[in-house]
Amino acid sequence: MNANVAGFPLLSLLTFLPLVGGAVIMAIRGSEEAVASNARWTALWTSLIVFALSLVLWFRFDTSSAGFQFVEEAAWLPEWGISYKMGVDGISVLFVLLATALTPICILASWESIGTRVREFMFAFLVLETMMVGMFAALDFVVFYMFFEGVLIPMYLIIGVWGGPRRVYAAIKFFLYTLAGSVLMLLALLAMWYAAGSTDIEHLMRHQFAPAMQTWLFLAFFASFAVKVPMWPVHTWLPDAHVEAPTAGSVILAGVLLKMGAYGFLRFSVPMLPDATATFAPMVFALSVVAVIYTSLVALAQTDMKKLIAYSSVAHMGVVTIGIFTVNEQGISGALFQMLAHGVVSGALFLCVGVVYDRIHSREIERYGGLADRMPKYALAFMLFSMASIGLPGTAGFVGEFLVLVGAFKVSFWLALLGSMGMILGAVYMLFLYRRVLFGRITRDDLKSILDLSPREIAVFAPLVVVTLWMGIYPSSFTVFWDASVRAMVANHLAALEATTKLAGVLAP
Amino acid sequence: MNWQLALPEIVLACAGMAILLYGVFARPERSFLTCSMLTIGALLIAGVLVLSGVPGTGYHDQFVVDAYSGFAKLLVLVAVAFGVMMSLDYNEHANMRRFEFPILMLFSSIGMMLMVSANSLMTLYVGLELMSLSIYVLAAFARDERRSAEAGLKYFVLGALASGLLLYGISLVYGFSGTMSFEQLAKLMVQPGAASPGLVVGIVFIVAGLAFKISAVPFHMWTPDVYEGAPTPVTAFMGTAPKVAAMVLLVRLLAGPFQPLLDQWQQLIVLVSIASMLLGSLAAIGQSNIKRLMAYSSIGHMGFALIGLAAGTAEGVRGVLIYLLTYVFMNLGTFACIIAMRRRGRNVEGVGDLAGLGRTDPAMALAIAVFMFSMAGIPPFSGFWGKYFIFTAAVQQGMWTLAVIGVLTSVIGAFYYIRIIKVMYFDEPAEAFDPRPVSLSVVAAASGIFTTFFFLFPAPVVAAAQAAARVLFPNG
Repeated sequence: MNANVAGFPLLSLLTFLPLVGGAVIMAIRGSEEAVASNARWTALWTSLIVFALSLVLWFRFDTSSAGFQFVEEAAWLPEWGISYKMGVDGISVLFVLLATALTPICILASWESIGTRVREFMFAFLVLETMMVGMFAALDFVVFYMFFEGVLIPMYLIIGVWGGPRRVYAAIKFFLYTLAGSVLMLLALLAMWYAAGSTDIEHLMRHQFAPAMQTWLFLAFFASFAVKVPMWPVHTWLPDAHVEAPTAGSVILAGVLLKMGAYGFLRFSVPMLPDATATFAPMVFALSVVAVIYTSLVALAQTDMKKLIAYSSVAHMGVVTIGIFTVNEQGISGALFQMLAHGVVSGALFLCVGVVYDRIHSREIERYGGLADRMPKYALAFMLFSMASIGLPGTAGFVGEFLVLVGAFKVSFWLALLGSMGMILGAVYMLFLYRRVLFGRITRDDLKSILDLSPREIAVFAPLVVVTLWMGIYPSSFTVFWDASVRAMVANHLAALEATTKLAGVLAP
Repeated sequence: MNWQLALPEIVLACAGMAILLYGVFARPERSFLTCSMLTIGALLIAGVLVLSGVPGTGYHDQFVVDAYSGFAKLLVLVAVAFGVMMSLDYNEHANMRRFEFPILMLFSSIGMMLMVSANSLMTLYVGLELMSLSIYVLAAFARDERRSAEAGLKYFVLGALASGLLLYGISLVYGFSGTMSFEQLAKLMVQPGAASPGLVVGIVFIVAGLAFKISAVPFHMWTPDVYEGAPTPVTAFMGTAPKVAAMVLLVRLLAGPFQPLLDQWQQLIVLVSIASMLLGSLAAIGQSNIKRLMAYSSIGHMGFALIGLAAGTAEGVRGVLIYLLTYVFMNLGTFACIIAMRRRGRNVEGVGDLAGLGRTDPAMALAIAVFMFSMAGIPPFSGFWGKYFIFTAAVQQGMWTLAVIGVLTSVIGAFYYIRIIKVMYFDEPAEAFDPRPVSLSVVAAASGIFTTFFFLFPAPVVAAAQAAARVLFPNG
């Protein structure tokens, strides 16, 4: 153990504490009612304790350093250069916090909406938290891969057991799509291990892979991460999974799981494969621009609220991938901000859908109208998150999109122009959604007696509202975390490209 | 002569005969259980003897003991012991309480141990036949049932054909090289021009004969029918230990004496491997009988294991051994659960019969889910590690086509594995199964624990497999 600020294996604790909570939940005995109630409370307390512990990261993280912090290492398969290594840098630290913060919110949000097999649901959710935190904290490729793939198991069950009518189709599609991408990454992992002799991520970042090899590695990674992001045209699993998943599943899917792909690009593709990144950036830009414009238009045509937000997620993630592959400080910084903002905002929007779904049991936009009249608090929250999703200045959504567009402008005027179409179209579909659901006259009888947010729901939304505004009004309290890391990453990238150019000059005089 | 080399086999054989005698004279109603227990005891003793064995060759260089054979023997013994345990309860219910059952398994395991210790083509053949003859009888053990008799007969006829092929191959190799000893063969093969066409044809026939035993495509035809027809504990037994023995033998033969002819047999193994993976993953999709499904699944798994052999390196052999280890435990556990699928005293075998198991029997559903995720190769379960080491070997040798086909078929295979999980967790519950007997719970739990927690301590297992693989590649 070296350079561990906290003085104890904090990241391992954050990763595996949820499993302990899960074990406790599975050990509960008694009547079904009692088990359900105990499982809820145990899960909530476990996730709250994990969140409280993760705040140590927020306060003790040294923002002036670009290196990995809170590093812990233990021998695992030492002869093959594989070790259990955890640590966070400026890029991953806030995602750990995002995962630990969203989990209690999700558990709270599924307090009443999950009525069957509560114990198993809470267990699956805590396992999911383990996988998510572990994935963002892993500093060894094999450890990363295990968590990355491991996410599939609880998520498959959450969608399949507690989902909507077409849950089986959605769950299997989700599983196979993501698995197909990941196995190719496994081969890339093995090839990198063979070339570099270690799976330590820090070691791999320093290793220079041959340009020809980089191309193949990049494509293998791309297959995996593009599915996870998801990028057009492999995004089709997302609307299905979102629509069928229970509310909490959608929230965690949009909030954290979608970030795994983009995080993978930032952790592996960009720093380890600089030449291939430069080569393939135009392709990524093209796919991202298509995602931004096309899926925004598709979102406009949706009649299902969750589907609309799911498509908007694809569009927002398109902005993220544009930002990442500009590989300049503004672009990457913006992409990171957009990822965090999207995690909070789209999660919150799914919660908003969940609120009315719990009451009316329909997600059809047509089914609603005039809710603002009966649910003023709900209307306010929904309004704020819609505005944040559009990217209104002063909310979380603005900063990320703005920075990405600045970064994109440095690369190409057209890229910035086309990328900014997302904001315009986003305003169209979100306002359209808002008008149809919240405004107008109430025509249906059951809507007349609909109740506004309960105290529990207010407790769910309050932190999200605060964070959304905080991120919009004072973004530097977040960007400060990754400034040093991003600067180092961009500098390394440029240095690597220059080295290759020089080498090419030497070889071909 | 160093006769002690074969001490585990000798002890096992004597114990087998003693148990047989006991079974003849004991009271019939008790003999099955007692003989089974004695068999497990004998296997345990043999295991201890294997562990304490010293390396060497003996019996006129016909027989070899080394780390490689030790690894395989322990695996075989564990698989057989679990197989006997699984039969305890099943045979009581299926009216197969006959003491010959465990003894046949025991003799079969002697055959397997001979196979993995074979140092000449003759030992290879004798061991293989001893193993196979016992299994032919076991497959037809439920003699009043048509399916079982059919399975036994089918396996016997096709097995005899495979034995013929194998024997023909052996005779060709002997004819063109003048020796049966692996060591002599190894010396001959390094000489230039060793790969005479006759010899290569002989190798092809031997590979065909052994491929039949591991049910690799295109010699897999018998597998689904025999798996389905044989009594389930026999299926569980056939699906694990003999596969290990035959695969280990194939690896020893090809990566040992025929190592210099890598170019000759590599394409063959690559083709068989790809065909097995494809058929195993595609044909299983349409199956509704879980035993048939497991048959196709095992065909696919053997295809994956063959990737390691195709690589033709120490890393590849290490991968094969680790893969077999994880495969054995996944399969034993799954079959323990399949045997436990019993309603009102009758065994059921449909995938649909598992509907809603997540609610009616959460523990069993959890175990099956673990095995299915593991077979699909999802980390952290052991199946992932098997695939990890196999693909490592392929990548090191630059066999990208094979590796890519391998991972993609594993995704197709994942479809039917997660479909079983879907049936258990997403579907409405069917009628609950009868209470599980303890013996099956023990096997399932032990296998489940191994499969789940393998990732915590992989180092010793990998080191053991590494040491075993080094035997075949003293220079590499």
